[in-house]
Amino acid sequence: MSTATVVSLPDQSTARIPKMNFLTKENGLLSWLLTGDHKRIATLYLISITFFFFIGGALAGLIRLELLTPQSDLLAADTYNKVFSMHGLIMVFFFLVPSVPATLGNFLIPMMVGAKDLALPKINLLSWYLYIVAGGMMLYTMAVGGVDTGWTFTTPLSTHYLNTHVVSAGLAVFVAGFSSIFTGLNFIVTIHKMRCPGMTWFRLPLFVWSNYAASILMVLGTPVLAITLVLVVLERTVGIGVFDPAKGGDPLLFQHLFWFYSHPAVYIMILPGMGVVSEVVSTFSRKRVFGYTAVAFSSVAIAVFGFFVWAHHMFIMGISNYSSLVFSLMTMLVAVPSAIKIFNWAFTLYKGSITFETPMLYSIGFMGLFTIGGLTGVFLASTGTDIHLTETYFVVAHFHFVMVGGMLMAFLSGIHFWWPKWTGRMYPEKISQLAALTTFIGFNLTFFPQFILGTLGMPRRYAAYPPEFQVLNVFSTAGATVLGVGYLLPILYLTWSLKYGEIAGDNPWQATGLEWQTQSPPLSENFPEIPIMDHEAYDYEWFERHQQQEVASV
Amino acid sequence: MAQQPHSHDAAQGEEHIHIVSPKIYLAILLALLVLTATTVGVSYIDMGILNPVVALAIACIKMMLVVLFFMHVKYSPKLTKLTVISGIFIFLGLISMTLADYISRAWGSW
Amino acid sequence: MTHGDLAKSGEASHMEHPSYQRHHFESVAQQFDATNFAMWLFLLTEIMFFGGLFTAYLIMRNWYYPAFVEASHQLSIFWGTANTTVLILSSFTMAMGVWSAQMRRKGMLLLFLGLTFFLGLVFLGIKGIEWHEKWEKYHVPGIRYSIQDFTNPAADPEVHSQYPDDKPLGLDMANKTEMYFFLYFAMTGMHALHMVIGIAILAFMIVRARADAYTQGHVTFVENFGLYWHFVDIIWIFLFPLLYLISRHQ
Repeated sequence: MSTATVVSLPDQSTARIPKMNFLTKENGLLSWLLTGDHKRIATLYLISITFFFFIGGALAGLIRLELLTPQSDLLAADTYNKVFSMHGLIMVFFFLVPSVPATLGNFLIPMMVGAKDLALPKINLLSWYLYIVAGGMMLYTMAVGGVDTGWTFTTPLSTHYLNTHVVSAGLAVFVAGFSSIFTGLNFIVTIHKMRCPGMTWFRLPLFVWSNYAASILMVLGTPVLAITLVLVVLERTVGIGVFDPAKGGDPLLFQHLFWFYSHPAVYIMILPGMGVVSEVVSTFSRKRVFGYTAVAFSSVAIAVFGFFVWAHHMFIMGISNYSSLVFSLMTMLVAVPSAIKIFNWAFTLYKGSITFETPMLYSIGFMGLFTIGGLTGVFLASTGTDIHLTETYFVVAHFHFVMVGGMLMAFLSGIHFWWPKWTGRMYPEKISQLAALTTFIGFNLTFFPQFILGTLGMPRRYAAYPPEFQVLNVFSTAGATVLGVGYLLPILYLTWSLKYGEIAGDNPWQATGLEWQTQSPPLSENFPEIPIMDHEAYDYEWFERHQQQEVASV
Repeated sequence: MAQQPHSHDAAQGEEHIHIVSPKIYLAILLALLVLTATTVGVSYIDMGILNPVVALAIACIKMMLVVLFFMHVKYSPKLTKLTVISGIFIFLGLISMTLADYISRAWGSW
Repeated sequence: MTHGDLAKSGEASHMEHPSYQRHHFESVAQQFDATNFAMWLFLLTEIMFFGGLFTAYLIMRNWYYPAFVEASHQLSIFWGTANTTVLILSSFTMAMGVWSAQMRRKGMLLLFLGLTFFLGLVFLGIKGIEWHEKWEKYHVPGIRYSIQDFTNPAADPEVHSQYPDDKPLGLDMANKTEMYFFLYFAMTGMHALHMVIGIAILAFMIVRARADAYTQGHVTFVENFGLYWHFVDIIWIFLFPLLYLISRHQ
């Protein structure tokens, strides 16, 4: 690995963080709690989701500890059910769904389109408060004993056969859903209506396109989850019967409505991450993204196709063969735009001037791990193989590959990439590269054995398992430990960097994009004057000319 | 008290909005009331399978009148029209693909 | 001083734009466009929210057709038509309210907002009458329910005279009428909740309209609320035939 780098920092002996920036503009708790500034709201979100990530991670640790041994000895089976359910609920709704959109999206999208803020700042703040209220409700649910239905609330288990706290968990997710809806709504309006002069759709960074596609999913899909949870709560409290076979209802109706949201939800989770990868791969290959139009349209195509594949989660649940056929076909089709992106990023790398700073390590990791995760999705899309693989560890491995190996790595890539812009300081490169490597190794050791476990037949959501599966489970837990270290390190060194990191200057990565033309950290209003966009996205020739004209000073 | 519109308002105000005349509103109101009477009247006639079809068709016409005129979509930018269409499209997608499963089940009560 | 200088000095220039233009927007036109579009997106979420209920209704109706037919005969066409008429009128008055605000005619705006408010209350009143009747006749699912009117239609002379062809239902199918009423209350209840929220906002708007908030060229709030109100009307335009009208005949 070469020691070449694109990092270009100002002279550290004279460099200073700009006195006037969005962090210093106003002081006091209320200036944060009543802010309309999208960058402050993004910061609030970043702290909140990190908090929930570690709770979800602790629960994951408990799961892996229990699974070291075949017997359910650390946790009783019921408790284990609660642990994996809470792990899923927190990770999905309180970490993954808001991760890139609410933090990086909120922070960057106004700057990337050349606006002073999102279209609806008060709604943005409301979105964060809804998230906090929902988080509080979920923590309450955990405190009073949790829920053990799995994060999927499957009926009739959740409505008729349990006396755990389904209602409070469901209501927590209901509120979190509205937080998500308002974020997506804000993004769509901003991207349509607040682009600066010269910023045509096809000059937008691909990060914006990806968040736009994810926002469409948020706005159109999440309300269906909301009404579904309302129906579950009504079923449990008033005892109506839409999901109760004894009263003539159909438990499968719940699943149709639930997965109508929850499948697009996985695209809500992954698309913004793909946007990050587009930005990072381009910057660290010094090359425009290959096939910009294809990547942009494939984001929208994933969003549209993603609405019509939901029943692939229900192949064994009793849907008709005809339905299975249609949904299986649609699922195969939705894999195509995702693959297109991988090809485009690969062709971006080809003949690029590649350097391996931390964001690039995470993004390359994404490309490999997401490909594996995505391909294993095709095994599950095919109804015949799905019958054997569903509800086994194969599914668990599949979605952890795309969500953790994919999404979480993309999130970390983005955090590292935009950290200098957000805080004005660089993170320490060597230790962060070490952390990235640790994460990659730990991840593979944790989740690859689970593919094998799944094909061998180990069911998911079981506290106890046949002893012949123990060896692979031990590998998996060992990997989880390494993974935990890999995730802990960034917290430590990123916090350290807030005080001791090198001053970054406006554009340490020499990246294109409007956000890199402003100071680090940015002003509250982003730009003193609305910029005029006069060049294409990822135009490195423009950037070089611009550099030559500019007098560099911090 | 008549107010002189502020000169900046005239230059930058919301005057670019097309103002729909009350005559049109009145016409749409009457059309909606007639359609309501029609749908109730037609429901008294036994047309077998066509009853729900006609009722929903009339409801769709009423919806279009409200959307186009009361909600100003006819005079709105293309984006608004696209938004309405995409909403209806996804709504129909939810209903039709879910119903398709139920219709095609061998053990259903169809 | 140029605009740029003013901006760079950190002071927003209040001479440059009306007081109701928020600082992150470049013009009032952009602000109106953006907030209007935002309201439309919110209405899309509402379409999908009700979509789940409509899906459940369509499935159950087709599974338990005889039960749904006979249960729907318990609804009063008279009150249903009255409610539909009331809502359509209220959509008209709301549209006229927007027109009044655009024409800066405060008196007319107050009149039409007031009429819309009143008509909204009339709708809820009629709904109350209908629901009270359901309570009286033991048709409230889960809480106060009896299938007697369906196992023996002759026991309910008022409905039986309108629908003499209704056969007594078997026990199993008669129990499914409870499913109809659940969906009836869920859908009309969710709709009524949206009406209540709309009426509350109307009250707020009337207060603000009296203070000239909407007749100075800034009609955005009224126009966007109008969209919400019309949408709630459209939901009812579909609920009415689906619940009341399509099952008049077996």
